[in-house]
Amino acid sequence: MSELRVTPDASTTERYARASGDHNPIHLDDEFARSVGLPGRILHGLYTMSLIARAQTEAFGGPASLRRLSVQFRGAALPGHEITIESTAGERDGACVAVAISVMQQGKAVVRGASAEVRV
Amino acid sequence: MAGEAWAPHRFAVERDRIREFADAVGETDPLHLDLEAARAAGHPDLVAPPMFSVVYSGPAIEEAMFDPAVGIDFAMLVHGAQEFEWGPLVHAGDEISTSVRLAEVRERIGMTFYVFESASANHHGEEVCAGRWTQIVRPRA
Repeated sequence: MSELRVTPDASTTERYARASGDHNPIHLDDEFARSVGLPGRILHGLYTMSLIARAQTEAFGGPASLRRLSVQFRGAALPGHEITIESTAGERDGACVAVAISVMQQGKAVVRGASAEVRV
Repeated sequence: MAGEAWAPHRFAVERDRIREFADAVGETDPLHLDLEAARAAGHPDLVAPPMFSVVYSGPAIEEAMFDPAVGIDFAMLVHGAQEFEWGPLVHAGDEISTSVRLAEVRERIGMTFYVFESASANHHGEEVCAGRWTQIVRPRA
């Protein structure tokens, strides 16, 4: 099993918005986010998925090792709190290994059914 | 609406976009950041992190999602699920062409699920990424 811990800071969502082109105000504007029932601005789901991808490439041998990644988003991950990604390698099938992934923040799962396939 | 397809978008991959993305998601692998390191490892140029697929397929996905004929209510939209499957690595200097189709529309307990599929190929015609984007529109109260 491998673990990656990341605490996104106050500028994370601005930097991800610029890099990805997703400027949805639920990620950038606390007041707007609260007006649609969120606790404040939330992380982009695809930012969280990028951390999950990084956890795989760092654990399994670089960017070419990641073959597939699948994630269901649940709840909202927030800046300012640590995210813990645990990746557990399972059965080897030829050159590939299936990886089960859990992603927690403040004791709650922020994705469900996350899985990867990596080349080893 | 399911089965609808949109014309492909082309995206020219630039070093600065790779570095900016790598920095935003905390990548420290020099293959994404340092041209000399990437070349020393046998790559023609900087290597895009796998999730850079969001950047090069973004314009094609946005056109499909914002198409008024699809009719997504953006105020009620949440990103439900995402899957990517990657082929050969993408490098700076590549030109990526992405096609999108609306694979599935279904309703469940008042929510509408839109599943878009993207297919991205490099300028050699190799499929570098297939994406499955599930968007959920919640009912208005």
